[in-house]
Amino acid sequence: MTSTAVTGSQNARSPSYGRRWPRLLVRSIGLLYLALLLALPVGLIFVRTFAGGLEPVFTALRSPDFQHAFWLTLTLAAIAVPINTVFGVITAITLVRRRFPGRGLLNAVIDLPFALSPVVIGLSLVLVYGQNGWFGSFLKASGFQVIFAVPGMVLATVFVSLPFVVREVIPVLREIGTDQEEAAYTLGASVAKTFLRVTLPAIRWGVIYGVVLTTARSLGEFGAVSVVSGRISGKTETLTLYVEERYSEFDLIGAYTAAVVLALIAVAVLLAMNALQSGRGNQAREWVTDLLRLGRRKRRPVAETNQAEI
Amino acid sequence: MLGPGIAVAYLGLIVLLPVAALAWNAAAAGPASFVTAITNPATLSALILTLFAALIVVLIDAVMGTLIAWILVRDDFPGKRSINALIDLPFALPTVVAGLTLLTLYGPKSPFGLNLAYTQVAIGLALLFVTLPFVIRSVQPVLLELDQDMEEAAASLGASQATILRRILLPTLLPAILTGSGLAFARAIGEYGSIVLISGNIPFKTEVASVAIFNQVENDDPAGAAAISIVLLVVSLIVLAALDLVRRRRSHEETTEL
Repeated sequence: MTSTAVTGSQNARSPSYGRRWPRLLVRSIGLLYLALLLALPVGLIFVRTFAGGLEPVFTALRSPDFQHAFWLTLTLAAIAVPINTVFGVITAITLVRRRFPGRGLLNAVIDLPFALSPVVIGLSLVLVYGQNGWFGSFLKASGFQVIFAVPGMVLATVFVSLPFVVREVIPVLREIGTDQEEAAYTLGASVAKTFLRVTLPAIRWGVIYGVVLTTARSLGEFGAVSVVSGRISGKTETLTLYVEERYSEFDLIGAYTAAVVLALIAVAVLLAMNALQSGRGNQAREWVTDLLRLGRRKRRPVAETNQAEI
Repeated sequence: MLGPGIAVAYLGLIVLLPVAALAWNAAAAGPASFVTAITNPATLSALILTLFAALIVVLIDAVMGTLIAWILVRDDFPGKRSINALIDLPFALPTVVAGLTLLTLYGPKSPFGLNLAYTQVAIGLALLFVTLPFVIRSVQPVLLELDQDMEEAAASLGASQATILRRILLPTLLPAILTGSGLAFARAIGEYGSIVLISGNIPFKTEVASVAIFNQVENDDPAGAAAISIVLLVVSLIVLAALDLVRRRRSHEETTEL
């Protein structure tokens, strides 16, 4: 961008009281803070990973434990995301469209995974499915291991990533109302057909956005999975656990390589979120607000970009 | 009743059952052992450190978050859109990667020669990283919708920038700042992944509550771990309930104005 464009847009936007030097000062403080906290550390980890050339990175990527951790991480997400998507949509529709006793309580329960530390979530699963847990003796008798095995890790992943789809779909359902669905019913469409042809297309952006967030959370989960997995290399170790294990074994390249793989996934998620935001008709970045039920007031479309840039 | 049945079964099985087990284990041994579990010196010190660190971090978040939101809305400079997109990175980046990332810059091999690893400052740094988006993302939409007329009117009547900030901008943004800060606080007291590598987990010095819970689980003391967990859960529920109250009062004010 040229400097004239900057000046021009400032003239257009800044109120008359905006003098130049405090604006520059505030900008410098903010950007320095972001650089020191965010940009430099994240940039440096890429530099450190590739400092010794590509060969050590490829060796690290080929290690059997990395490969196992990578596929296990994908497997967990591949199980948790569909579960939370299907049941999340059903739960959202139920909460918005139906009145039944306990509805308010159910609505509050959805946010519990946000209020709980991941470690606490892991612990709570151990207390149910662990050796001395509620179902411990039953599980032992039937020979089915949950804790220190993949089923426990699936439960932990589903738990931590549960709120996203529900919270993304609920505001969309409220906004679209029931007129079209009722029209479909009047015309003789079945419940299934109405859902597939009317409701689902209307909520699709909310669902997709929720799925992206659920996927990111599933792939990156650490604390809860750490407690329930027992962290057995090559067996119950996900990619995030692998990062910690390699770091504590002083295998920095191994840790950095896995961290960079996870960071690249995170960047891909960010790009997807940005693309979706424009797909959703520029509803700005209110997803934090959406997610935590802060967005009850009617949303006005907010121009995300500067008018000067258009 | 198919819909409610499925929703109850889903949330009951995945969320409520484990949380019930947590509450039951914390309460089962009676109030005396609950108190003993959380007043154990190492545990108490971990709890105090956690709350204290979260409080300081949230204060910094409130100031810097508002400032950054202001830059992203009112200021204009090359690369602003990329920076805006970057703000969400701490939400997308796995926490353990965030911890490792901070270690490369502020750890033993710091290019600045600034080794903060295994200090309480490092805990603050990790918490600042993971809570960065909360205040920014709750202030930003409010600032975008805010009409600048009032500020311009105040300026034309001779108000200084400090007065405009204090009398117009901050009162309008305060509910959003409080919301973001509350969410950041609830997140900070339970944080584990970003802290575990960088803090060293030294009891009485850098061991936070979530790490204390983790250690108690490893040492086969689930009742003690459950007791600390309940304290954390109650604190974050109180904070979230307070936010709900602020929000309701605000929406009440909005409707009565009309």
